[in-house]
Amino acid sequence: MTTQARKQVTGASKKRMDTSRPVFNESGIEIKKTYTADDLEASGGVAMVGLPGEYPFTRGIHKEMYRKRPWTMRQYTGFGNPEETNKRFKFLIENGQTGLNVAFDLPSQIGLDSDDELAIGEIGRVGMAVDSLRDFEVAFDGIDLEKITVSLTINGSAAIMIAMYLAMAEKRGYDISKLRGTAQNDILKEFIGRGTWIFPVEPSIKLVADTIEYCANHAPKYSPVSVCGYHIRESGADPAQEMAYGFAIAKAYTDLVLARGLDVDEFASRLSFNFNIYGNIFEQVAKFRAGRSLWAKIIKEEYGATNPRSMVLRMIAGGGGSGLTKEQPEVNIVRGAYYALISALSGAQTMALCCFDEAYTIPSEGAQRLSLRTMQVLIEEMGLCDTVDPLAGSYYVETLTNQMRERMEEIMQEVEAQGGIVRMVAEGTIQAKVSAQAYALLQDIESGEFPKVGINCYQMDEEEPEVEYHPYAEDDARRQIQRLDQLREERDSAAVESTLAKLTEDAGDGVNVMPAILAAVKAYATVGEMTDALVSVYGRYNEPVRF
Amino acid sequence: MNTNRTRGGIKVLIAKPGLDGHDRGAKIVVRALIDAGFEVIYTGLRQVPEAVAQVALEEDVDVIGLSSMAGSHVSYCRRLKASLLEKGLQDKLWIIGGSIPLRDQQALKEIGLDGIFPAGTRLEEIVDFINQRCK
Repeated sequence: MTTQARKQVTGASKKRMDTSRPVFNESGIEIKKTYTADDLEASGGVAMVGLPGEYPFTRGIHKEMYRKRPWTMRQYTGFGNPEETNKRFKFLIENGQTGLNVAFDLPSQIGLDSDDELAIGEIGRVGMAVDSLRDFEVAFDGIDLEKITVSLTINGSAAIMIAMYLAMAEKRGYDISKLRGTAQNDILKEFIGRGTWIFPVEPSIKLVADTIEYCANHAPKYSPVSVCGYHIRESGADPAQEMAYGFAIAKAYTDLVLARGLDVDEFASRLSFNFNIYGNIFEQVAKFRAGRSLWAKIIKEEYGATNPRSMVLRMIAGGGGSGLTKEQPEVNIVRGAYYALISALSGAQTMALCCFDEAYTIPSEGAQRLSLRTMQVLIEEMGLCDTVDPLAGSYYVETLTNQMRERMEEIMQEVEAQGGIVRMVAEGTIQAKVSAQAYALLQDIESGEFPKVGINCYQMDEEEPEVEYHPYAEDDARRQIQRLDQLREERDSAAVESTLAKLTEDAGDGVNVMPAILAAVKAYATVGEMTDALVSVYGRYNEPVRF
Repeated sequence: MNTNRTRGGIKVLIAKPGLDGHDRGAKIVVRALIDAGFEVIYTGLRQVPEAVAQVALEEDVDVIGLSSMAGSHVSYCRRLKASLLEKGLQDKLWIIGGSIPLRDQQALKEIGLDGIFPAGTRLEEIVDFINQRCK
């Protein structure tokens, strides 16, 4: 018997029964029954609103926004081996997708080769398996990297995967100095949620700085980092914390790069962000409007940037796995449509819209196409692209934007007071904090205090629904290992050994390791070999577990 | 590794098997079990089967709990079963939670899992199950 079948059928949530009780959003801001000009004035007025495309960018980072170009559609995709993933990439592009967002399998994400004993059962399971440059060549075969920009969802092994992407593009004749694309490469958030760390905290963030510095000098259009509030929210943070912690992390990377002598305007415009979208519509929109102006203020006032493009908060939004339910999964189609609407109202540059079946499985082709169509309907039929920041001027939205900004600043100050985000991550205190909040939220959901359709209200007796499960193909995993065996035989092993030795040496000397990684990548050294070279110098992370 | 000590009572090991790093659920269950008065040991991420069995042996736990979110649980549990047998731990209460599709549940039961708690299970259901089975 399934858990669902035992649930009581219930009606409306408890929360709506009493109109006199105060209402708070998730960030802890009390919501009034009505907003007027007086409320807006009391919250700070319209001083930070400005115009789209102008400092402080509350209303959006471009003057014309979607009228000039709708958001990029970039569904998160990857599974099995590079051939299988390449087919799905092409399917999505044929269906109107305008960017790619690559999912890697867990061994690739944590720097293991497919023939590593620890990779058993995990090869190609949650993403595409990558062992060497050869896999990148196959995965992106036939895809125009100027027309379709590629985002790599990779963190622990990001320096290696960025190098593979650059090497693959260069080999295909693209000019690296003009190549666009993004890597997630936000290791600090991996320590808080998601967990694909490899090295201890200090060398991990040193590697992030290496990639930013290298790209600033050699691939200035490439975005080497996408700072993720997203996963911190998924781990239990509220929306204001999500953004405040994200900015604290972005500042930590910025500080490291500045310490190397780069000017903030040489790299800040290539920092990008990834935020969550689920929850209260107005809180989300206010979060993004507030966040844009706060980040602009930080980069301008704290770091002294002069180029306005350094100050803009470019972001991907549209996902929010924690908002979806296993119960009544087709309701997730509706939630997804609202998430896309929120992202559009919030001025996102890119959307990776979650799929209705993802609580169960890697999304099917049909589910991914449905997410694309959801965004296409908004673009083509709903008028979302006609004018910029359509909620501007609403007493409620502007007041809430001011309040969210204030709340984020308070949280950032709290982080500073506790020794900064790097220290909090290293000591595990921030992990403990968001985990405690996740527990408290689940208790509120279980008690019905926090309404969730299908979970604590409007439930149905249902057996597990029919879902098209993504098959896990053991054959694909075997083929990946065979290909790796073949690679090890065919490549120039002297070149592999010498480039790996140089990588170890550079890591030991504390210099930027990107040139050495690139050389090893081009010699077809594997992800595992390069990771081991770095581990020999950096060591491995030892997870602090606190409750 | 983190141990929450209480006197007497039931001792539970919560482990994150395999390479997956999604630990929100595991940590929530740890907190709920601590609140319910159990002694809880949490392994942290990336535990190989042999390590889980070894900790279960050394700590002499009553319950071995796994949290799986990334789909590799059936093959993992087969390997863990071998380690548990080798160490004579096959009689421990063995439970799993997380993203566990219905279609995998029969295989897991055949391997020897005593309790399966898919995402969405109420926390008290896990607590009650352990209390009843560890009397």
